[in-house]
Amino acid sequence: MAQLAFRNVTLGYDRHPAVHHLSGEVASGALVAVVGPNGAGKSTLLRGIVGILKPLGGSIHLGGLDARDIAYLPQSADIDRSFPISVFDFVGTGLWRATSLFGGIGKAARGKILRAIAAVGLNGFENRPIGTLSGGQMQRVLFARVLLQDARLIVLDEPFNAIDSKTTADLLALVKQWHGEGRTVLAALHDMETVRTHFSETLVLARGPVAWGPTSEVLTPENLMVAMRMCEAFDDSAAACAEDGRSRAA
Amino acid sequence: MIHDALIGPFTEFEFMRRALAAVIALSLAGAPIGVFLMLRRMSLVGDAMAHAILPGAAVGFLLSGLNLFAMTAGGLIAGFAVAILAGVVARSTGLKEDASLATFYLASLALGVTIVSIKGTNIDLLHVLFGNILAMDDQTLLVVAFNATVTLLVLAVIYRPLVIESVDPLFLRTVSRAGGPAHLAFLALVVINLVNGFQALGTLLAVGLMILPAGIARFWSRDLTVMICIAVVAAALSGYAGLVLSFQTRVPSGPAIILVATGLYIVSVLFGRVGGIIRQMFPGRHLEA
Repeated sequence: MAQLAFRNVTLGYDRHPAVHHLSGEVASGALVAVVGPNGAGKSTLLRGIVGILKPLGGSIHLGGLDARDIAYLPQSADIDRSFPISVFDFVGTGLWRATSLFGGIGKAARGKILRAIAAVGLNGFENRPIGTLSGGQMQRVLFARVLLQDARLIVLDEPFNAIDSKTTADLLALVKQWHGEGRTVLAALHDMETVRTHFSETLVLARGPVAWGPTSEVLTPENLMVAMRMCEAFDDSAAACAEDGRSRAA
Repeated sequence: MIHDALIGPFTEFEFMRRALAAVIALSLAGAPIGVFLMLRRMSLVGDAMAHAILPGAAVGFLLSGLNLFAMTAGGLIAGFAVAILAGVVARSTGLKEDASLATFYLASLALGVTIVSIKGTNIDLLHVLFGNILAMDDQTLLVVAFNATVTLLVLAVIYRPLVIESVDPLFLRTVSRAGGPAHLAFLALVVINLVNGFQALGTLLAVGLMILPAGIARFWSRDLTVMICIAVVAAALSGYAGLVLSFQTRVPSGPAIILVATGLYIVSVLFGRVGGIIRQMFPGRHLEA
């Protein structure tokens, strides 16, 4: 059963497509890597899935999931780490749906937060301001928050960027645990070796789909070369997309 | 002698007691808002908004005198008009939002000064620009206290989304739609507190009792709650000491309050526990962990 379906979806900014005409389905419980060069539209696609970006065309179907069932791990660069908030409070935001505006953080919730922090190996870091953490520690904090969200669909934007191999291995173990629990996981990744070793399904993206299927079949040098040669044109005077016109006419 | 200088003015004169009560109310509400303005990198936006709301507050002032309800309503309308116009121009032309806001706030300031100049007297203009907390009557004090109460209640409601939106806006957008309304409510609180500060400090300095205490707090703590508490205490202390200074030296009350806050800020920059200059120059022996 499809957890996620793309129907000729186009995502972008100010009418300029960053992901153009993507169609396909992600099965419930799948573990999918999204790969492609910088600017390929990986983060844009993930933002479309979690509802931050509305499609310029086509649609994304979430297989009956609502926002409640989706956990999103943004890139570290999108987080203001100079903000004075502790690891405990930051991870605790993962309980937003249970607490919302006024819900208290009771004993049970505190226990959940502490267990999530411990599960990512950050025991003793609870009161540290996030601004004092290393890149790898911050990534662990973000994973702890995802853990707390307990979501059926987990979307990870470059979760292993600029972190050491030990941290990567620890966090990969968590990803595999989620997969083992039947959750659907999509991750934008750069390290092809990680993708080959740990992800059964891969979408090669280059502003449009290059290939999508079992990793062993689609992660080929030919497909990666096609992705590298992607069109990076950004033209304010470009004509309106003809394919959109055809699909509307149809 | 010390009692006469520091306590005497407040036991002896009712207008000083009212002024002290007003400055404490302003501190309780304005300082937390200032902390969020600073942490959201909006310190200068607060300053720009203070100028932007002048025409609305001026129209309210001219229609109803120093009636804070009228000035608050006018200020809110002018503030939101400028914020929305600046946003629309920025989004439809590609102009950066701060440049767009700068244009509109300057136009708004010019319009406000013109309105007061044409319809009011020079004394009115000086009053709006620089305020006079010592001339506060009971009704105005009640309005200041009411605005402060509303601010604290609304801030309590939007506190969580405001914090999450400040630190990780994308995450908040995936779990809630509270970010947009919280931001708008926050802007409204900024405007309400700026108008609230008009009577005490005037248009030009109203933002001072919000931003300076926040800047002071930043040098003493890395914890948001503690920062807010320090900012409130610093603002109230500046208000009290500024009133005493004004009473004893005849320096106008608004500038006196802001000058005292500036003094506290300089002390914090020098000696602050978090990033203070002296602390950086003489950090002491390094720790084991």
